[in-house]
Amino acid sequence: MNTVEHPLRKYLRPSVGTTGFCPGCGDGTISQCVLRAIDELKMDMDDFVFVSGIGCAAWIISPYFNADVLHTTHGRPIAFATGIKLNLPEKKVMVISGDGDLTAIGGNHLIHAARRNIDLVVICVNNGIYGMTGGQVAPTTPRGARTITTPLGSLENAFDISPMVQAAGASYVARWTAYHPRQLTRSIKRAIQKKGFAFIEVISQCPVQFGAKTGAGSAVEMLKMFKERSVPVKKAVGTKLQETYDSIAVGDFVDTDKPELCEEIAKLKERTSGHI
Amino acid sequence: MMGNVACAEGAIAAGCEFAAGYPITPASEITHTLAKRLPEVGGYFLQTEDEIGAICAAIGASWTGKKVLVPTSGPGISLMLENIGFAVGIETPCVLINVQRGGPTTGAPTMGLQGDMVQPRRGSHGDYEIIALCPSSPQEMFDLTVQAFNLAERYRVPVFVMSDAFVGHMREEVIIPEEDEIELTDRKVPKEGTDLSKIKVFLDEDVAPMPIFGRGFKSHVTSSCHDEHGNRNLIDPTALDNFIRRLRNKILKHRDEIVQVEADYDGCDLALVAYGAVARCAKEAARLARSRGFDVGYLRVITAWPFPDREIRDLSQKVKRILVLENNSGQYYPYVRAEAAGAAEVGFLAPEILGQLHGLDYVVEKIGEVLR
Repeated sequence: MNTVEHPLRKYLRPSVGTTGFCPGCGDGTISQCVLRAIDELKMDMDDFVFVSGIGCAAWIISPYFNADVLHTTHGRPIAFATGIKLNLPEKKVMVISGDGDLTAIGGNHLIHAARRNIDLVVICVNNGIYGMTGGQVAPTTPRGARTITTPLGSLENAFDISPMVQAAGASYVARWTAYHPRQLTRSIKRAIQKKGFAFIEVISQCPVQFGAKTGAGSAVEMLKMFKERSVPVKKAVGTKLQETYDSIAVGDFVDTDKPELCEEIAKLKERTSGHI
Repeated sequence: MMGNVACAEGAIAAGCEFAAGYPITPASEITHTLAKRLPEVGGYFLQTEDEIGAICAAIGASWTGKKVLVPTSGPGISLMLENIGFAVGIETPCVLINVQRGGPTTGAPTMGLQGDMVQPRRGSHGDYEIIALCPSSPQEMFDLTVQAFNLAERYRVPVFVMSDAFVGHMREEVIIPEEDEIELTDRKVPKEGTDLSKIKVFLDEDVAPMPIFGRGFKSHVTSSCHDEHGNRNLIDPTALDNFIRRLRNKILKHRDEIVQVEADYDGCDLALVAYGAVARCAKEAARLARSRGFDVGYLRVITAWPFPDREIRDLSQKVKRILVLENNSGQYYPYVRAEAAGAAEVGFLAPEILGQLHGLDYVVEKIGEVLR
């Protein structure tokens, strides 16, 4: 029997066979989008350092991507990535992690990295729940949703992540869902080429925890919901974006150019020491 | 020169190129100095959003091959502990300065206390070993900071300089040697093009070369239980056993190259054991007691961790009594007493008032009571 190697297989560690993602998880789709973006940009995995935190989405990178990979503690990948990027400014440093990792325990690092406008690509896989640990409420869980720690429904408001990162000062912010792999791939390419803090939020389905606990249903049902509820950002202006999942504003929130930290540091070093 | 400034100059002399920190008394002068000095040598000081960000950025920077410093005080270390364990787990060279202040909790920021002595060794969860050095003077803030970098590079481990507000803010003459007189150690790195599945890059008791980022090694670096090549293994208990033992033995096996004490107790009945700022009192009290006819010596602990077990055992066999002096309620004392058990009697002496150094007359008076 003839076997055909997947065109993106070359980007994965040879030792890796199958992934550990649950059936129906959006992480596989997002992995493909990232690797496809790198492939379409004709870049090499050695052009990157990948950093992940703790949670399901962190496993998109580790151990699968055949590149320099730092798998860090919970909530801290952006802080580690900051130290890497400042000292390897010629490399692209990409963080992929979940909403719990990046906006709950690691929320401070996220807004400050955006404020610094350091040249990182951060992909936040937002499944609205803590998947790996068993379906606990997250800062992104829609108000009213039942989870294992909010069995009577969540009383709290959900973070609207993308506008928050935009307000914190990022150069590029986009949101898509796992229903939009082509648009997402385009945005990842844009983020990689951007000089500055580039953030992409991907609303993704977790049928095993979110679907089962909140009643959102199967992966197919959730993807259909993403399709039906997605609204282009421009048309969604003025509405509470995504707070309740009634509407999901998708597209570019911001795409602008402003001073980037590594470049500013290079200028400073040049002024003070002649080092470049 | 102020101790904290000497520490910053020591870091520069050791080849430090990146430091990260958050403002905290009584350590801030270190960052003030580095913020100006690092760009002059092509480096950078990053003031982070909190101490957690500082230790993480420094670890990330170390993985690019840079020598890194994280200056702080006890509350900062408390925030960093999880990621100090991370640095141990992925074998990251980094130097942490703890200019200890009055605790517990927010305590008294400008007062010196040796209140965090066990924290670096046992503060992060799990079994692990680190190295901790105790400077007694501004000169040693320079010298031991250089040594801390060398040890961190040699053993791929976090190294702590356990200063305090006394030594950090003390002003004394500091002699900075010429550049070529300072011996420096650089970490080993695999040769370009090395296939990491063919060599050990982690968990070598004799310290594996560090597969730093940006060189095309495609390093997989995880603090989760892993093998010698960085492959995660969360299923096999023997892998966990290997992970813990190798990381610990990497330090313990080389303790003879690491551990330093300064001792003068030959022919003495009693020896004072102390470290850091208090060691200055202990040495002077021993001299004073001798001038008053008591046979008193001292042992100054320079390397607090790994514990100088052999040196304390030797001491306990040569003197009848040991008196441990610390500016705390007795943090290091139980370790000394356990090591000397059965050989010498071990007592503990706190200063009259915690947060102040021991008065010399007070110490000599206590020596008199012990020896009478």
